[in-house]
Amino acid sequence: MQGLIGKKLGMTQVYDANGHHIPVTVIEVGPCVVLQRKIAARDGYEAVQVGYLDQKPQRVNKPQAGHFKKAGVTPKKIVKEFRVDASNAAKEGDTLTAEILEGVTYVDVLGMTKGQGFQGVMKRHGMAGQPAAHGHTMHRRPGSIGMRTTPGRIFKNKRLPGHMGHVNITMPNLKVVQLRKEDHAILVHGAVPGPTGTIVVVRKALKKG
Amino acid sequence: MATKLLEKIDQEQRNGRSVPDFNVGDSVKVYVKIREGDKERVQLYAGTVIARDGTGSTETFTVRRISYGEGVERVFPVYSPSLEKIEVERSGQPKRAKLYYLRALSGKKTKIKEKVAKEDRAEA
Repeated sequence: MQGLIGKKLGMTQVYDANGHHIPVTVIEVGPCVVLQRKIAARDGYEAVQVGYLDQKPQRVNKPQAGHFKKAGVTPKKIVKEFRVDASNAAKEGDTLTAEILEGVTYVDVLGMTKGQGFQGVMKRHGMAGQPAAHGHTMHRRPGSIGMRTTPGRIFKNKRLPGHMGHVNITMPNLKVVQLRKEDHAILVHGAVPGPTGTIVVVRKALKKG
Repeated sequence: MATKLLEKIDQEQRNGRSVPDFNVGDSVKVYVKIREGDKERVQLYAGTVIARDGTGSTETFTVRRISYGEGVERVFPVYSPSLEKIEVERSGQPKRAKLYYLRALSGKKTKIKEKVAKEDRAEA
């Protein structure tokens, strides 16, 4: 498994070997603890369940408390699973740190985008809208959304106003600029979803390097 | 909200770079490293600082000069490793934080009052 739960700490810029400054996002990754190792024979699939950030013991219910106790760890706030190969040697109670991302050049970052609320078509879908002046009374509307008696209905997936943002997205193939093992942090090129402090998942890029 | 780690990274980026104390209104000489193929040379760019923007390692400054009759402005990161050094030629005492008004002026009007150190003023 080459993935960890982390927290977006913010953006800054660093200089590369050529003296160019590059925009980076600083992400705290781990340390995560293994809560459960799911195996195909018992669970039907191979995965590692990990926890991140301590939770107060009074905030977890009894079944959850038992689950953490079984792994021999303190209660955790965030629990997620990563699919792994059957050969993965992680076992309950293990601590996973940024070291597992050693040698990785590209990562995917998964997270929830900032919520934008109910938005019109210009912001939400990049439609052009109508002219602002010269007698126009329509400015930011979608315009015509369909035909006439035939087909007599609006097609599915027609782009219209609605809720925007606050969805889980994956930022694929972000370049790793720096891996700071002692700080449990990774610096990736460019932006990642969500505001500072948001919980994200960092994993080795599935489609690149 | 900058975290401790961000501050640490910021500090690392600035480490090993000695930058003179200069302000908006100063006349400066900037020695810019330029790479051509695998050769490196230093180019001099001199002018007036008309703005400083940002904080920490991401801070930049804008230098304006008149080059062959044409106004030219370049923005440099203060702590960029591509700057060999920055020299302050003359300290100015401007009345604004940003000297964008210089863009509309030319000749004598672009002069900025020179800053005189306190002890010098006492003698005069």
